[in-house]
Amino acid sequence: MLPLKVKDRPIVCTLLAAGCCARCILRFCCIGLQSAYRQPYEDLAKELLAFASAEESDKSKDATDKEPTEDPPCKKMRLETEQSHTEGGDKAETSPAQAQTDPDSANSEVCVVCLGVLQHFCDKAFAKKVSEAVATERYQFDSLVLSVSLPAQLSVREHSIWLLVKKQVREKAMCLGKDDVIQVKEAFKWIMNGLVSQELSVPVLGKSLFEVSVGFTHPETDGDCHFLATTCSDCFKPAKNKLSVFTRMAVVKALEKISEENFRRQFPCPPGHPATRCTVQDTQCLHVSVFVAGRYNKFSRTLPQTPWVIDGERRMESSVEELITAPLLSSFRSEGFNFSSSGREDVDVRTLGNGRPFAVELLNPHRAQFSKEEIREMQKAINQSSDKIRVRDLQVVTRDAVAHMKEGEEEKTKSYGALIWTLRPIEKDDIEFINDIKELKIAQKTPLRVLHRRPLAVRQRVIHTMTARFLDTHHFHLNLRTQAGTYIKEFVHGDFGRTKPNLCELMKTDTDILELDVESVDVDWPPAIED
Amino acid sequence: MDGAEHKGVPSVIDRYFTRWYKTDLKGKPCEDHCILQHSNRICVITLAESHPILQEDKKIQRINYQISAGCSRLQNKVSGKSKRGGQFLTELAPLCRITSTDGEEYTIFSCIRGRLLEVNEDILSRPNLLLEKPSTEGYIAVILPKFEESKSITEGLLTRAEYEEVVLKRAGSNLQPC
Repeated sequence: MLPLKVKDRPIVCTLLAAGCCARCILRFCCIGLQSAYRQPYEDLAKELLAFASAEESDKSKDATDKEPTEDPPCKKMRLETEQSHTEGGDKAETSPAQAQTDPDSANSEVCVVCLGVLQHFCDKAFAKKVSEAVATERYQFDSLVLSVSLPAQLSVREHSIWLLVKKQVREKAMCLGKDDVIQVKEAFKWIMNGLVSQELSVPVLGKSLFEVSVGFTHPETDGDCHFLATTCSDCFKPAKNKLSVFTRMAVVKALEKISEENFRRQFPCPPGHPATRCTVQDTQCLHVSVFVAGRYNKFSRTLPQTPWVIDGERRMESSVEELITAPLLSSFRSEGFNFSSSGREDVDVRTLGNGRPFAVELLNPHRAQFSKEEIREMQKAINQSSDKIRVRDLQVVTRDAVAHMKEGEEEKTKSYGALIWTLRPIEKDDIEFINDIKELKIAQKTPLRVLHRRPLAVRQRVIHTMTARFLDTHHFHLNLRTQAGTYIKEFVHGDFGRTKPNLCELMKTDTDILELDVESVDVDWPPAIED
Repeated sequence: MDGAEHKGVPSVIDRYFTRWYKTDLKGKPCEDHCILQHSNRICVITLAESHPILQEDKKIQRINYQISAGCSRLQNKVSGKSKRGGQFLTELAPLCRITSTDGEEYTIFSCIRGRLLEVNEDILSRPNLLLEKPSTEGYIAVILPKFEESKSITEGLLTRAEYEEVVLKRAGSNLQPC
């Protein structure tokens, strides 16, 4: 039994005449009873017709007591509706003759509001179709959220019908807010959530890490929105990554602004009858990203951190990023990744010691649940794939924790080891003075090496301590503890005198850096993992 | 001159830069310039070792970045990653004028099209840098070519080998090197 009241009858009649489907009629009667929407469409349509034709009999036989009420408002309401149509100069093609309730219209014609979404795409067959599409993607998930994307013009049509119903309701000294009307999306989910849940044997929830999106388009009526662009041009600004300016949000905003008279002048009320139903787009699946963090060592001087491409041509084979992510991508069956780290080293620089913190965002992973043991196996797989890098402390982390890694980047200290060459021959004593230099302030102009992509500036940096170890007459080993962000190579060779003071000045001879190692990155994240 | 032979590793310039040359600028014999182009397209303009200032044991009296009444290269300022506001230079835009103690004046030119990023102010207070380290600390200016022109700007320039040939020929034709 439908929870419709006598006062709803004239609305039901009007909507039937306008060409609304049975479920849209329930929506505009503000029926919040979910089970009403879930009954088979044909049953619902029949029941609604019966409810409406109670009025028909009222009209012809003057009360045959089909409904437990004597109130005969329908006749009056009908007349008023028709009057109001002519008064408002309505351009709708529905003539009063057409507006006669056609008992078949609720079944056969495509709904003027939902364009068939609630008529033809809300049943077990469609739930099966969606579920099969999900199953072929082979995701691992224990719940899902169903999302629906509807053509933007659906809002225009919804608005048109709302104005129609509102007018009728207002005449009975009542009011109808737009928020009271049940949304198409809401009704769709009330019906479909349960059906999809049955098909896939997982709960379909309001929120889930796994999202299944169903999309509808309706090319036939795409033009419905166009008149809004001339009346509310400020709502439709073209932007990058937008296929059309007529996004749902823009249309909704424009509909809030436009006056009732203006809308009625430019759009039929009720809307015209579509010849076709909506087209279903491919079902899209998306699992939220998983973040994996750890620390890496780089033992090679010919391995860049990220793929090095110049003019579309690859400069070095492989990279730290690729070596780490390849096993992760295949385990998580992920569609892509974003790699980030606490700073980066040049291609010819090794990273030793405890390594450099990094994090990988795995995009749309098809599998997201792993035990600690399985993560350990992944780390092993990475480490066995190459001797150029080594990973430790591999673990799944939250998105927020990744921000942590970037925070300390500039303030922390870093330790380096460098092999220095001197033009002038040296003896052990010549480098002793270096050990006594503490908290050396240097001014670095942006190195020429990176000037093409960074602003030109002079940056003050501090070299906390240095330790020099004599090797031979032209070489010594230099350890440095510096403020993060110090350019070590430029400190050594001077960068055309653009870093001052530099090691050449201190040594009073030309110096050059032959090898550089990062010995520690003092960021205490991610936490250590025991073996 | 940079001692590369001692260490078995190319010098900083040879590691990161390509040397290009422009000889006899504005038809003035031996006024050769060297353009060091970094692999990131940034160019450093320096005197070539065959430039008269370096060849004839001259002393520098004055270096002037004020190239006309209304334009000083010292006024150049750039901001942001895209280096907005830098003076845009064409091939024959003068960068500075160098006067030697014997009264000769030499103009140093941009040699390439691009945006001026910085001039070397250190040579104003220490002109000897120009004589002692002409290809490093004694550089004249840093210029950023347009991205789309980073290949074409060197088309009219000589390679290191071509330059050496020119210098060799000069030595052959003149008994005195310039």
